[in-house]
Amino acid sequence: MSILLRVLHWFEDPAHWTGTDGIPTRLGQHIQLSAESVLIGAAIALPVGIALGHYGRFGNLAINISNVGRAVPSFALLVLAFQIFGLGDAPIIISLTALAIPPMVTNSYVAMQEVDPDVKDAARGMGYRELAQVLWVELPLAVPLLMAGIRTSAVQVVATATLAALIAGGGFGRYIIDGLDQQDYTKLMAGAILVALLALATELGLGAAERLLVPRGLRLLKAPSARRVTYKAA
Amino acid sequence: MPGHLFLDYVDPWINWDWLSTHVPVFLAALQEHITLTLIAVVVGLSISLPMGVVAHRWRALRNPVLTVFGIFYTIPSIALFALLIPYTGLGTLTAEIGLVGYAVLILTRNVVVGLEAVPKDVLDAANGMGYRPLARLLRVELPLALPAIFAGIRIATVTTIGLVTITAVIGLGGLGQLILQGLVENFHTPLVVATALSIVLALVADLALAGSQRVALPWARSA
Repeated sequence: MSILLRVLHWFEDPAHWTGTDGIPTRLGQHIQLSAESVLIGAAIALPVGIALGHYGRFGNLAINISNVGRAVPSFALLVLAFQIFGLGDAPIIISLTALAIPPMVTNSYVAMQEVDPDVKDAARGMGYRELAQVLWVELPLAVPLLMAGIRTSAVQVVATATLAALIAGGGFGRYIIDGLDQQDYTKLMAGAILVALLALATELGLGAAERLLVPRGLRLLKAPSARRVTYKAA
Repeated sequence: MPGHLFLDYVDPWINWDWLSTHVPVFLAALQEHITLTLIAVVVGLSISLPMGVVAHRWRALRNPVLTVFGIFYTIPSIALFALLIPYTGLGTLTAEIGLVGYAVLILTRNVVVGLEAVPKDVLDAANGMGYRPLARLLRVELPLALPAIFAGIRIATVTTIGLVTITAVIGLGGLGQLILQGLVENFHTPLVVATALSIVLALVADLALAGSQRVALPWARSA
């Protein structure tokens, strides 16, 4: 029987859809680990990036943080966190959060920097105070790039969460790592397909969210070049 | 903390005695790491230069190609390796298919973006001077696109150095293999030193490429 047929049968087997090693449980773990890391990362990275972009300060730092982030291997980050914090979700979430931060800082900085200075002048002239100007004028205009940064981070976190299985974590990575250990290529491929689909769903889902969040006025303009940081961690 | 559950012995982050007798291990890993990276970036570049030119020349191809590449780029490397293993086995071929693939995705995009950034006036002037399409591409468009291509090479190189560590899972890994060893044996030294070497390798490669760009492209120094 060809490997693809065996993978198909693996997915059809009801035993793989229940229990602690079932697909729903693993999906839940994968999403939980990823979502918590992205949310914590966003809570740290977005205010920093937005503030730096708004004031136009420390631009080199904001831009270069994703270059430095790229140089740190995500796999090493996970293993180091495991050695420091031991078993459990904590080392996974800490290292995934660290991974999520750089692209979001850089993209939100660039997003705020690229707001047309004339628009800022107009807002000031209309009597907007600084906070109101950031919230109601600059942020809506920065949404496309801001969301692109969140999307980049989220996809990388979902990808890297797979490696969490190496440090005894849950998620779809379990199938890949266990499949490798047991030389069970069916399980290995099933896990790979699940991980790839989840990463794609993250990319497409956040892309759709981005289109919903972009203000109508911006959508009417020629599609803005949603330049995003090229970032691949896993 | 794992490691001192049963023993009263605390494993230091770096055991210098062990390290001093195991330098060749690290050098071999470093060499494998560099080789895997070089193959990926060089092969990737030789595929993506023509691809980028084609996607730029035939406008209808541009968006489909970049969109499909964007989708492939989201596939986690470990998932790609796992998908390839039943066909190409554990080893260099599987690793390089993935590494070259991701390098191509990064580089093609930058080739296209670089070619698009060539000002229309320059193209008009080149046409007026009698350049034929191929000569114009080689002598006018590509040199002006080189800064963007170089930026792509830098990103692809640093990214590949990071991704190589993940190939430890399929039996290669260069420095990643030592990181995995540190994890499996619960021994800090190979883990810490290999991580540091991997980061230093990425930063040195990035700086070296930035330096060679300055030397090779004097017309793009202000950028």
